[in-house]
Amino acid sequence: MVGRAGRHPRAALGTVSGFVGEQRDMRDGREPTGAPRDAAFFRHWLTAVAEAVEEEADRLTELDSAIGDADHGTNMRRGLAAAVSAVEEERPPTPGAVLVLAGRTLVSTVGGASGPLYGTLLRRTGKALDDAPEVDLGELAGALRTGVDAVARLGGATAGDKTMLDALLPALDALGDGLDAAARAAEKGAGDTVPMRARKGRASYLGERSIGHQDPGATSSALLFTALARTARAADGEGGTP
Amino acid sequence: MPSTRRPDPRGAVVGRPSEWKSDRWTAYAGTDGSLAVKQLINVPERVVTDALRGMAAAHPELSVDVERRVVVRRDAPVAGKVALVSGGGSGHEPLHGGFVGPGMLDAACPGEVFTSPVPDQMARAAAAVDSGEGVLFVVKNYTGDVLNFDMAAELAEDEGVRVAKVLVQDDVAVTDSTFTAGRRGTGGTLFVEKIAGAAAAEGAPLERVERVARRVAEACRSFGVALTACTTPAKGGPTFDLPPGELELGIGIHGEPGRERRPMMTSGEIADATVDALLADDPPNGPVLALVNGMGGTPLLELYGFNAEVQRALGERGVAVPRTLVGNYVTSLDMAGCSVTLCQVDEELLRWWDAPVATPALRWGR
Repeated sequence: MVGRAGRHPRAALGTVSGFVGEQRDMRDGREPTGAPRDAAFFRHWLTAVAEAVEEEADRLTELDSAIGDADHGTNMRRGLAAAVSAVEEERPPTPGAVLVLAGRTLVSTVGGASGPLYGTLLRRTGKALDDAPEVDLGELAGALRTGVDAVARLGGATAGDKTMLDALLPALDALGDGLDAAARAAEKGAGDTVPMRARKGRASYLGERSIGHQDPGATSSALLFTALARTARAADGEGGTP
Repeated sequence: MPSTRRPDPRGAVVGRPSEWKSDRWTAYAGTDGSLAVKQLINVPERVVTDALRGMAAAHPELSVDVERRVVVRRDAPVAGKVALVSGGGSGHEPLHGGFVGPGMLDAACPGEVFTSPVPDQMARAAAAVDSGEGVLFVVKNYTGDVLNFDMAAELAEDEGVRVAKVLVQDDVAVTDSTFTAGRRGTGGTLFVEKIAGAAAAEGAPLERVERVARRVAEACRSFGVALTACTTPAKGGPTFDLPPGELELGIGIHGEPGRERRPMMTSGEIADATVDALLADDPPNGPVLALVNGMGGTPLLELYGFNAEVQRALGERGVAVPRTLVGNYVTSLDMAGCSVTLCQVDEELLRWWDAPVATPALRWGR
């Protein structure tokens, strides 16, 4: 893996189908539909998240360097690569099982606060999906709500604390308007953390000096939703949906 | 960081050392030379693994699981003894692995640099060192450490291991705990691990060892000062920007900026500011142990000079210091700077501090 200059990041993540290559801008194509999605879709979603984190790793680390300890990109990259590899190897049969396995893998590989928090988000969302073979947007939204609530409880944070929740909560609220709307809300939420003063995690030690920097956790959380919209659009295109 | 290296799914870097080519130095030379901090490493992804390999080679009295990242004293589990397990992000060496051995920790779990270890590590460590008398987790108060140790405690208890936890939160630079993650655990960790370790070695049961550890944790206060930022391997450059003529007061041990920046001060002025911050938080009403700690990049020559000023400052304020430890014990990679930890002790705690210890980094008595 080392010293292969110019190797495309996707190759390292073991992309399974070509669809993730189609990274059209979310405002470019059609709105992704809320059609039912199967286990394969959720594996593809994780791959898309891993790719996005791979591409944004330096930026996440840079943001983390301003108000944290400069490792968020590295840690998330390691965890998501492991999660993708685990679900591709094991191929769990349902969307819920895919997310539970991915969550468990994150807890075992990421460390820091991000490991338990992201792990809990995926694990609890997966558990809420139960063993349904396919889930539509409404069902996913409900399950994500359960997952995000669990994250809030575990981290003891609320909206406005300059955390992951500041991207996740607006995204959940916008999910009713579709996946693109959720992705935009998550990105806006991450951007809105700039003027906030951190009250949780390592950035909180900076007090007033945390103001003026975008939260790395909110930034990586937004990638979950942009990747979700992108994956859905690609799947719609493949299936020839309306 | 402009890097073409990709970690494999387990985060390991494969191939032979001669094949590990780092593009770091050339990349920086072409952009901003000021970022080119030179480090004695192969590739960033392997820093912790390589250090554990080296530790295993240097310390046959320890059993080092390089792959699973657990450092255990070789004679564990010690029959009839409560075991102490700690862990945390790497980059603070010798904390925690350097404190594994008779009289202190039974096992340590290093995470990635500045990243708490994962629950599987501590659960595995607990299972390896438990003699049946139970295990005490020594946890520094950071969100990640607390979450991962909590999950580990659940895993270990599922396996039938009795687990108690003590939280170290000694950093007085964090003043408004309501609006932060609470006080950080820093230099006080050394006192907790040494003194509770001595109590455990004496045969105290789990509840007693836990009580002793908590007493020590509550008796510790720390304050740190950075003269430079530190360089994480992942970033390859300084974690924050500290101009040449300034220092940072009230720093933590993760390269995070502190709470106040001032023009450069003398060793004596830094000692006064540090001692004042410590005493303002909790004026001791008895003798204290002092740890005059280097952050990793400050020479021992300067640290001893600084200790002279710390002892002067404490003396002027009427604080008795029966024991002092000077050196790099709770570090922050290559950061230049220092911290002072005071631990108020009574006869009993002092006796446990003086008790024999035999670890890579602390060794006396017997």
